[in-house]
Amino acid sequence: MRDVKQTKDVPQTDAVVENVKRRHEPLIHITKRNQMSMLHAVLLRVGAIVCSVIVMALLILVLAKENPFTVLASMIEGVFGDPRRIWRLFSNTAILLCIALALTPAFKMKFWNCGGEGQILVGSLMAAALMFFIGDSIPLPILWILIFITSIVAGAVWGLIPAIFKAKWNTNETLFTLMMNYIALQLVTFFLKMFGNSQGNLDPMPQFAFPKIFNGSYFLNILVIALICVAMYIYLGYSKHGYEISVVGESERTAKYIGIRVPKVIIRTMLISGGLCGFVGMLLVANGSCSVTTTITGGQGFTAILVSWLGKFNPLYMILTSFLVIFLQQGTSYMGDIYRLDTSLADIFIGIVLLFIIGCEFFINYKVNFRKKASDVTAGKEAVH
Amino acid sequence: MFKKILSLALVVMMLIGCMSVLASCGEPELKGMSESPLPIPAVDSDVEVPDDFKIGFICLHDESSTYDLNFINAVLRYQEALGLEDSQVIIKRNIPETEKCYEAAEELVTQGCDIIFANSFGHEPYIAQAAEAFPEVEFCHATGVTAASADLDNFHNAFASIFEGRFLAGIAAGMKLNEMIEAGEITAAEAKIGYVGAYTYAEVISGYTSFYLGAKSVCPTVTMDVQFTGSWYDVTAEKNAAEALLARNCVLISQHADSMGAPGACEAAGVPNVSYNGSTYEACPETFIVSSAINWTPYYVYITECLVNGTPIATNWCGGIEEGSVILTGINLDVAAEGTVEAINEAITKLKNGTLKVFDADTFTVEGKTVVHDLISDGYFHESETISAPSFDIRIDGITLINELY
Repeated sequence: MRDVKQTKDVPQTDAVVENVKRRHEPLIHITKRNQMSMLHAVLLRVGAIVCSVIVMALLILVLAKENPFTVLASMIEGVFGDPRRIWRLFSNTAILLCIALALTPAFKMKFWNCGGEGQILVGSLMAAALMFFIGDSIPLPILWILIFITSIVAGAVWGLIPAIFKAKWNTNETLFTLMMNYIALQLVTFFLKMFGNSQGNLDPMPQFAFPKIFNGSYFLNILVIALICVAMYIYLGYSKHGYEISVVGESERTAKYIGIRVPKVIIRTMLISGGLCGFVGMLLVANGSCSVTTTITGGQGFTAILVSWLGKFNPLYMILTSFLVIFLQQGTSYMGDIYRLDTSLADIFIGIVLLFIIGCEFFINYKVNFRKKASDVTAGKEAVH
Repeated sequence: MFKKILSLALVVMMLIGCMSVLASCGEPELKGMSESPLPIPAVDSDVEVPDDFKIGFICLHDESSTYDLNFINAVLRYQEALGLEDSQVIIKRNIPETEKCYEAAEELVTQGCDIIFANSFGHEPYIAQAAEAFPEVEFCHATGVTAASADLDNFHNAFASIFEGRFLAGIAAGMKLNEMIEAGEITAAEAKIGYVGAYTYAEVISGYTSFYLGAKSVCPTVTMDVQFTGSWYDVTAEKNAAEALLARNCVLISQHADSMGAPGACEAAGVPNVSYNGSTYEACPETFIVSSAINWTPYYVYITECLVNGTPIATNWCGGIEEGSVILTGINLDVAAEGTVEAINEAITKLKNGTLKVFDADTFTVEGKTVVHDLISDGYFHESETISAPSFDIRIDGITLINELY
């Protein structure tokens, strides 16, 4: 901002500028930090979480009038207190992580894919539709293969459409992908209306579910998505495609200059992004509810955006951030049930923790400078520039 | 300076305005609510519940939905009556009709629940799955229809004969219409009720038909328009539906959907409203007439008694007026017509002694003809007798469905 102001004020002499600046030096101004030390950054993040816990404890004391220590301790119980809960924790973490992994290549390319919801939904829809229409007439393994292919293709197509428009006509991908969500939602509604039962639900078809490993559907999710996570880490960090994505994200002009065909990269990356979302949609149906509803995604297509950002688009960090989100969701839900807290209190807690963490990222990246004494102004100015 | 003086003057004027409005509010003497003709009965049970007993409840939404609030209040009454600790009664809210429902049931099993109760129709297949996976736990499901055919000993359906409650509420509506006709506000032919429904299936059809028949039993010229919203809880859609009905010259509104959308629209327009699931008097004191509701407490007590005494829980359970499952709120004497309380009390007596049937085959026709149906015998439709959930889905004369999209 300061730079802009100075260039605008060209006719003024330096002395005048200096004079004006001295009188209008703001109380606080913000500058970009140089690299903060690793230890410092970690401490700051831990501090943020501690602060958020303190605020939560105060809220519990004031709003719910319960002992904050026992209430917060129940969160741990609700997440780790039983093998089933631990399985669910890791399985749900895996699903959220997978959606975040799907969105990440697009985000790295600065293509704001807000269409995760829709891409998952069409994947789910295809899986459920195949089960419903041809499940009975073909052998199970073939059905699974068909579901696998069509779900991924459906998700990929849902990603491809906005990608083509972006690549050819530079349309706004945020709006486009958001709109595609609504289309997907209405397609599911239409499907349920046409083929669901009298109440507009599709009865689950557990006979077509993927095989259960270790007494449940959880292990398969965890295993497959762990592999995808590693693969995505390598793809983004160590492959030619990953490099192209970074370059396009940093500067399209640079990409063009060094001979990268930007439209091709956009389309290819969105095929991967959408296809992976479709894959999640398949898991939610064929390894989950065995039915489809409009609420099957549970808003995770949007939550994953936050997971990806907080994880700095790094698949390994994203394991931590998705774990954090699921830990909070599962913990606060249990806490709310046990202490009969208002359901919105759980959402408030999640909001507080995330707010503190995002806030601390700001302080890691930027430095807050307070107004210095007049005699220091010149020195301060030099330091800033 | 001038601006400051101006703003000060404006503030003073607004304060004076507010005070004069407040002062003028207190003028009419409000008669308030009557005693309820069908109040929530006190729990009558001497069951000794063991200390390690636990019961879990799965609710579709939270207290902001009148439907779920009705269930949750019943849970709290039940808990108090049987003297259970909070740790013995676990309520899980905002559980969607997806795999999450199964997960919630599994979580309640993990917490050691002996009985698990789910409250939404779409929960049913997931509750059935859980019943299969955890045969040592009893699973009860409100509004469902598949327990009889599921072949699972620990899976049960339950409902209440709420059509009787709606019939009684319909009488209050008919009396109000009669009052309007007598006062010359409308002609007899203009006595039209508007009804906001969620979906076009039996639970809703049975509900609005019994309500209509209740109104018709006192006001023979009544007709009704029904608008569907396609959602159990959608404030905007329900408000819009109510406003659309008002635009079609409906002079009284009722609803079978769970938000404050329709009652709120009525209060804004000053049109009388017959509510459902509980009183909306607090929010709509100038238009609320009466509300019918299901009291789930008797069922919770029943299943607890069964479990403690080791007797099987009925596969299909339907509570009526006798069990205390069907209740009415008090009647808002400022809005309801004179004599409403007496008329409702009379009908309650007749329903109890069997001389009055809600779906009396002589009181409704389809295309002008008396209806023939598998469930019609002895002169009336046997609602909720074989399966506890409503099954009346006949579209009778006098009721116009504006849209059947849902």
